[in-house]
Amino acid sequence: MQALRKERILARPEEVKLFKTWSSPFPLRVAWALQLKGIQYESVLEDLSNKSNLLLQYNPVYKKVPVLLHNGRPISESLIILEYVDETWKQYPLLPQDPYARAMARFWAKFGDDKVLPSIYAAFKSEGKEQEAALAEASEHLQKLEEELKGKKFFGGDNIGYLDIALGWLANLGVFEEVSSLRVLDVERFPLLCAWLKEFSDAPVIKDCWPPRDMLIAKFIARRQAHDAKSSST
Amino acid sequence: MAKGGEVKLIGGWPSPFVMRPRIALNLKGLEYEFLEEKFGAKSELLLRSNPVHKKIPVLLHADRPVCESLVIVQYIDEAWPSSGPSILPSDPYDRATARFWAAYIDEKWFPSMSGIARAQGEEAKKAAIDQVVEGLSLLEDAFGKISKGKPFFGGDTIGFLDIALGCFLGWVRVTERTQGLKLLDQAKVPGLAKWAERFCADSAVKGVMPETEKLAEFAKLIMAKFRAPPPQ
Repeated sequence: MQALRKERILARPEEVKLFKTWSSPFPLRVAWALQLKGIQYESVLEDLSNKSNLLLQYNPVYKKVPVLLHNGRPISESLIILEYVDETWKQYPLLPQDPYARAMARFWAKFGDDKVLPSIYAAFKSEGKEQEAALAEASEHLQKLEEELKGKKFFGGDNIGYLDIALGWLANLGVFEEVSSLRVLDVERFPLLCAWLKEFSDAPVIKDCWPPRDMLIAKFIARRQAHDAKSSST
Repeated sequence: MAKGGEVKLIGGWPSPFVMRPRIALNLKGLEYEFLEEKFGAKSELLLRSNPVHKKIPVLLHADRPVCESLVIVQYIDEAWPSSGPSILPSDPYDRATARFWAAYIDEKWFPSMSGIARAQGEEAKKAAIDQVVEGLSLLEDAFGKISKGKPFFGGDTIGFLDIALGCFLGWVRVTERTQGLKLLDQAKVPGLAKWAERFCADSAVKGVMPETEKLAEFAKLIMAKFRAPPPQ
């Protein structure tokens, strides 16, 4: 009689932790990706004015959020984390299968972070002539994204994908626009982007993770007041 | 094997960014037509193929353009999966690590390198050099952890991170020469110093890494242009 060795396999739930802040859009990208794939994870809320030892240990180079911790190993930089999440959990693919389409998604995500985001940030932070120039640049960049949306509901096609997530921070522009009375994404010039914004923001998984609008407004009003106080006291 | 005429690369011999896809194509054993841009003038083809950034390199695969050097390298790896070795590692965590350091090199380390030549005054220059040295120390550490005793970041063969960093070795040597520095110091970064020699000697790299002499001459040219008074 063959002795059967029964191995007791201790099933451990995979540990997935996301280091984030309540308002930063970059960890939000990772939260969206994990939610879309139905991955259970624990949020670790950081205060950037008082960073935890764990954060400093897991992201010594940049000391920033987000950091994804998976089975004790940290991954930093939101777009890099997105690809890691997509490669680790195969359900609900975020990047397209075709190599050319993947290259395009990566190209536009990088364009979003390197060009669109800084120009919009500059537009909201500056005044007068500087602001005009920043707005003009931002509009030029947004026009390129508008063209990318032709014939598509989402950047990813019929469903939300990697590029939608990467550009998702645009959906929060309404908050900045309200606080500063500056119109960046007007529907006349950017009808497709505005339509996309609505579809994206209304998607249940996306809506679920949004930081509370009233808290964001309060935060940016306070930041603007501090900025105005500083510049008027000189 | 890519058919002749199917793959084209728009670029220039001095550009480290252009070198990246060239090394990748060499690793994959792919033939391509190198369309060399003239310095100071952008071709119609370049402006048409990369209207967003108007920069080199641009890969044209069956006339479809791919832009941004590291995006191109990943495209080459994914479009020809069964040609040559894999450029990205196979494990998702290793891939994330390679991408992380490649992004660090592009966003922090290389800008600090080009900051040395641009620095005005001794103090600024010393600060720029210190930044580069600090970065190299981080990369030395990363090399130790990632290579695990193998010759390259990618293991036995050149991979994504080797390409991302190695493309700058020509410029590192020019900087060492013009500034009288030793950046890839055997004493300070022994792993990287030896890795650099292996990288430059590799068959995928040898033909596309410009000679330091030629690059130094080119550097003088751009610095002269950079410092020249604006045209009347």
